[in-house]
Amino acid sequence: MPAARRPEVTAAPGREARPFAEAVPSRGAIRIENVVKVYGGRSGAVTAVDGCSLDIAAGEIFMVVGPSGCGKTTLLNAVAGFHDISAGRITLDGQVLCDGTHPQAPRGPDRVVVFQNGALFPWQTNLENVIFGPVMQRKLSKRDATDKAMDMMADAGLSGIEHSYPAEVSSGVRRRVEIVRALMNDPKVLLLDEPYRALDALTKSVMHEALLRIYYKNKVTIFFITHDLEEALFLGHKVAVMTTRPCRPKTILTVDIPHPRDYSVLTSKRFRELTRETSAAVHEEALKAFQSGEREG
Amino acid sequence: MTASAKAAPALSFARGVVSIAVLLLLWEVGARSKHWMTGELFAPLRAILQALGFKPHHLPLVGAAPPPSGVLRSWAAIVTDSGYWQSWAKSFLRVAAGFTAAMLVGIPFGLLLAVNRTAFGVAFPLFEVLRPIPPLAWVPASIIFWPTQELSISFVTFLGAFYTIVINVVGGAKAIDVRYFQAARAMGSSRWDVFRRIILPGTLPSIVVGAVVGMGITWEVVVAAEMISGGGSQIGGTGGGGLGFFIWNSYVGGSYEQIVVGMISIGIAGFISSELLRLLGRRVTPWLTPR
Amino acid sequence: MLTGFGLFLGGWYLAVEVWRLPRFAEMPGLTVVVKEWLSKDPTYGLSLYTPEYYQHIGRSVWRVAQAFTLATVFGVPLGLFLGWSRRFRDHVFPVFELLRPIPVLAWVPLAIVMFVASESAVIYLAFLASFFATALNAMLGVKSIDESYLRAAECLGASRSQVFRHVILPGALPFIFTGLQISVGVAWFSLVAAEMVSGQYGLGYVINTSYSMVRYPTIIIGMITLGVVGYLTSAMVRVVGDLLMQWRVRELALRGQA
Repeated sequence: MPAARRPEVTAAPGREARPFAEAVPSRGAIRIENVVKVYGGRSGAVTAVDGCSLDIAAGEIFMVVGPSGCGKTTLLNAVAGFHDISAGRITLDGQVLCDGTHPQAPRGPDRVVVFQNGALFPWQTNLENVIFGPVMQRKLSKRDATDKAMDMMADAGLSGIEHSYPAEVSSGVRRRVEIVRALMNDPKVLLLDEPYRALDALTKSVMHEALLRIYYKNKVTIFFITHDLEEALFLGHKVAVMTTRPCRPKTILTVDIPHPRDYSVLTSKRFRELTRETSAAVHEEALKAFQSGEREG
Repeated sequence: MTASAKAAPALSFARGVVSIAVLLLLWEVGARSKHWMTGELFAPLRAILQALGFKPHHLPLVGAAPPPSGVLRSWAAIVTDSGYWQSWAKSFLRVAAGFTAAMLVGIPFGLLLAVNRTAFGVAFPLFEVLRPIPPLAWVPASIIFWPTQELSISFVTFLGAFYTIVINVVGGAKAIDVRYFQAARAMGSSRWDVFRRIILPGTLPSIVVGAVVGMGITWEVVVAAEMISGGGSQIGGTGGGGLGFFIWNSYVGGSYEQIVVGMISIGIAGFISSELLRLLGRRVTPWLTPR
Repeated sequence: MLTGFGLFLGGWYLAVEVWRLPRFAEMPGLTVVVKEWLSKDPTYGLSLYTPEYYQHIGRSVWRVAQAFTLATVFGVPLGLFLGWSRRFRDHVFPVFELLRPIPVLAWVPLAIVMFVASESAVIYLAFLASFFATALNAMLGVKSIDESYLRAAECLGASRSQVFRHVILPGALPFIFTGLQISVGVAWFSLVAAEMVSGQYGLGYVINTSYSMVRYPTIIIGMITLGVVGYLTSAMVRVVGDLLMQWRVRELALRGQA
């Protein structure tokens, strides 16, 4: 296997450069225990999630792979607090987010979501978007928030577009801005709902490396939903392959390719082995979904 | 579904009913202020009103209006009068005539503008310049031009809905995704086919929206025209009748309760027409409503 | 582009003054109207050179301005709340929807009865039509906001009032401005009708009295003036909207080029 390249860690003036190996994550561990979610639709009850249990370690990149409409977004929404759950329990660092007595988790800046179609506010500039969180929560003054934002955006390679509107930059850039907007709040967990779905394959691979670079600096727990197995294996520490509705983990595997990773991993032997191991399972579920005519979301 | 979710529609309905009841109550009390405001108890209130420049005999605005109880009584009396229902019929006929004309002329015209670039270039600027002129401003010119009163009213009614329908048709046709056309051409459709199978159905939702809005405008114009021509202003004539005329007549005759009866009647009539249109629209565009 | 106008004006001229078609016998001809409009001493008293002309325009515009302002000040917040709060909508929307189908002009007699001054009655009528259009569009504007924006704001720690100010308000702005453009048009519509029925001064009044006093060219002058002024007020609203929504202007420009 080719030697992994150490990612460049550049320091903005006034900030210490911390190589990733020294950062110790201690928060953001999620436990999903036997969660059930039933929707009462017009055509009757639909069980989106049934008895799903997942364990996500703090500081881990946890990928959830499954065919469209299988219910994985429901899981993310439950963790984020957008839906309630019908049964089961979800805890964050030991504290209960939602359970039988409080079926809906509170929404908050400890678990920030990056949305599938992007949710940067079109009526604010990129910079205004990025400082939105800390300013709204009154954690930072506007000036301090702007300074921090400029730093983080520069780190993420986003200098120069701060005063443009989201519509004026490419979708790849928009995604990165949205991720920086999320990270400005120092969240415990970053919830990503198929953020790169709409991007072309070339942009995607660049985005992956960019995400990893950001991760190595920030060590936040990442809960990432995708239908792209390759994306999952490239990014994740752990990959959970989910069944079609009702959603449950079919297999969970640990990706033992060491971090830091770069695109050369994609052609490595171990990567190909892992792909072979898991693609059969993924394909089986995809076929089931196709046959039952699953619709989006 | 949780219990609270199930109860939600019932709760919404209840809240609405309560609000309407409260409103009716306030209206009733306010309209009767002529009676209860005369006592010594309300002398300060009268003084305040006088200071503000209002008449001290009753509450401003609502005090001059007839109370709902009076309106109900008036309605009960009128329901058996055939003249009342004839007014309904007359207004409905006028609305139907003007609206149908607007649709028959407006839809093809709009489609022509959307499809043919030269037609658009010639006609649309003229259309946009004439559009800001309120239809009612056309009434005198219309009376001068058309031989009968009825025709002149119909013309004005037609104008009102015509603008809305054309705008919606043009907008709808332009919004049809270019890829549908490309797909059709790739599959070998002729121009007529493209028109029939893509442009027409693609524009249907906008036509429906334009029709519903146009229907509302038609009622406005019909009522106004009936009031203007039936009475009140200098544009006199024998062609009267209809609910607008009914309202004006009630006013002239001093029967204020009947005014409100007329207003509510028109409201109901307008609502019925719009709902019918919306139902028809839903049948014509089955792909828009899931299941 | 000018061919349309040319055909229309040409047709008008020909029909009335050259061929003298029977239908058009009483219609004022194009040249007559233009001459009257531009004359320093008009036969019927109104032209670009008479102060009364501008008095009437000013009166109508002032009325519309009042009605429109009131409708916006009351309608936008009402519409926003209707869209935002389920509870508020439950209470208020039924009343709103019961009153809306009543054509504005059906209110004329009642308005005359209720309002002591006829000026207030006229403004009330223009206000009413405007108000419903504005409130409805504001409500639709709120509903049109993608749920993701609201969720994102909540994730980022915004309180309810912050969500309202920073997401709902700007998010609904495009719809609100479309509504405002419609509402200006609707205000003119109702104002003219109200002026024709009751009132002194104003363009609707001019058109009405010109008819009864057999001053036909003035009718046409009134109509054209209404068209121009109506268009200008609508354009003003659009310009203000564009100023407030810079992001949208830029986005649309990009899309146009794309």
